[in-house]
Amino acid sequence: MTLEIAPRRFRSIRLRKLKSDVLLGMLWLAGLIAVVPLLLIVGYVLAKGVPAINAAFFTETAPPPAVPGGGMAQAFVGTGMIVGIATLISVPLGVLTAIYLSEFGRGRLAAGVRFVAEILLSTPSIVAGAFIWALVVVAMHSFSALAGAIALTVLMWPIITRATEETLRLVPTELREGALALGSPRWKMVLRIVLPTAGSGILTAVMLAVARGFGETAPILLTSLGNDFMNADPLQPTDAVPLRVYNYAQSAFPQWQTLAWGGAITLLAAVLVLSIGARILSDRQRRRLG
Amino acid sequence: MKGLDVLGLDAWYGADHILRDVRMAIRPGTITAIIGPSGCGKSTLLRCFNRMHEEVPGARVAGSVMFDGWDMYAPSSDPVDVRRHIGMVFQRPNPFPTMTVLENVVAGLRLQGRYDRATMLEAAEQAMRSAGIWDELKDRLDRPGGRLSGGQQQRVCIARALAVRPEMLLMDEPASALDPVSTQQIEDTVQELKRSITIVIVTHNMQQAARVSDYTAFMLREDPRRPSVLVEYDETRHMFTNPSHKRTEAYITGRFG
Repeated sequence: MTLEIAPRRFRSIRLRKLKSDVLLGMLWLAGLIAVVPLLLIVGYVLAKGVPAINAAFFTETAPPPAVPGGGMAQAFVGTGMIVGIATLISVPLGVLTAIYLSEFGRGRLAAGVRFVAEILLSTPSIVAGAFIWALVVVAMHSFSALAGAIALTVLMWPIITRATEETLRLVPTELREGALALGSPRWKMVLRIVLPTAGSGILTAVMLAVARGFGETAPILLTSLGNDFMNADPLQPTDAVPLRVYNYAQSAFPQWQTLAWGGAITLLAAVLVLSIGARILSDRQRRRLG
Repeated sequence: MKGLDVLGLDAWYGADHILRDVRMAIRPGTITAIIGPSGCGKSTLLRCFNRMHEEVPGARVAGSVMFDGWDMYAPSSDPVDVRRHIGMVFQRPNPFPTMTVLENVVAGLRLQGRYDRATMLEAAEQAMRSAGIWDELKDRLDRPGGRLSGGQQQRVCIARALAVRPEMLLMDEPASALDPVSTQQIEDTVQELKRSITIVIVTHNMQQAARVSDYTAFMLREDPRRPSVLVEYDETRHMFTNPSHKRTEAYITGRFG
């Protein structure tokens, strides 16, 4: 078969190719513009914060003003404790809620629970902090890591619930029916088939929620207050990395400001690691179910 | 071996009345094929035979189905119990992707709460032999179930259904997603199984119905606003050579559907 290509037609193909290239170039540009702020933030934080990173930064507690050295060890321990407790509460709560919504929930109760999770998901974090301040801090007459963890739970629970519910819904109906047709009780089908199949997706949800918990400042400020000294008692006021960054960044002392940038680096690194980890896991999940 | 007595069965999806007053007796130790054009309720009828129909939200059943004298739609009957006696193989192979071949085959035993390792291995081998896949896969028992070919996956699913020792097996177009060679293997397996278990198979392939079944049921939904009915139910050789109804004849000679 021979193809006759008229010169006229040829021109229109070239024109079309040109238009395609121009549009494609604009798309690339749009993508680049979206990435630039992220690169600028990371670059700036690195430049400012790297001088703060040394052994003392991780091992020593808050320095007095105008005294060189010091670190934020108490903030790392505090953040670990607060986020740890919050994770221990919100993961079982969130996963169980998601199982209820996706596997058992029908009708008004389920719609109500889903609505509450939706509202909490978009609640400003300072509102969660104020609420837990009134509920826990006032009742216990003390700021504490526990109150901070409960405030974070208010924020992390809906993230885990909604993301886990989405993952559970991705588990194919055929697998559920396959298990039921084998004479499996519904709860066992959920436990042995649905949850393992959704496994890494649930882990992704947890990682995203933990990343959110690491970075929250306002709710911690109102519930855990902060502490210049090392504290491992969850019922006492406790420091946290974002709190420390918030306080030091406002100070007039250059070496405190440097420490604030160092704190910013560690937060950024933690969030990046968790997000990238979540990304890798969810890709693997998609491959397995695809 | 046990059979089914369907004593007037109606089924709905929400407000949509799918099946009306189906009456038929599935004879023990036979293969019964259910045929009919797309959307005629073949799969729905099959799913009513082990109470899987009601798993779809909004689905409803009325009437009664007796399994060897046991009214499986009585209020005191538990669908989980029904499914332990009447197994099912689906149209698309659905091995559990997180499990190995062996774990897949014994999944039913585990889901029913039986864990004894020695009896499980024995049950697995027996089920895989019955499904005609033991020799092929006995050295690959620890492979992920989702990594097999489609035909192997489907036969693993058959083995999985057989491992819990059901008395009846329902197959919903088990070969329609497979290539001709795999289809042939499934049909051979079905013929072998007939010696030990009652089988009901839904198929859109009339040649397949003619090849494998002893009895054939022809279903039809003539008017989309009205439910499907069972048009004719007879011995397969009789139905394919000398159908009693004009509609059956028209369908099996390929004039519609």
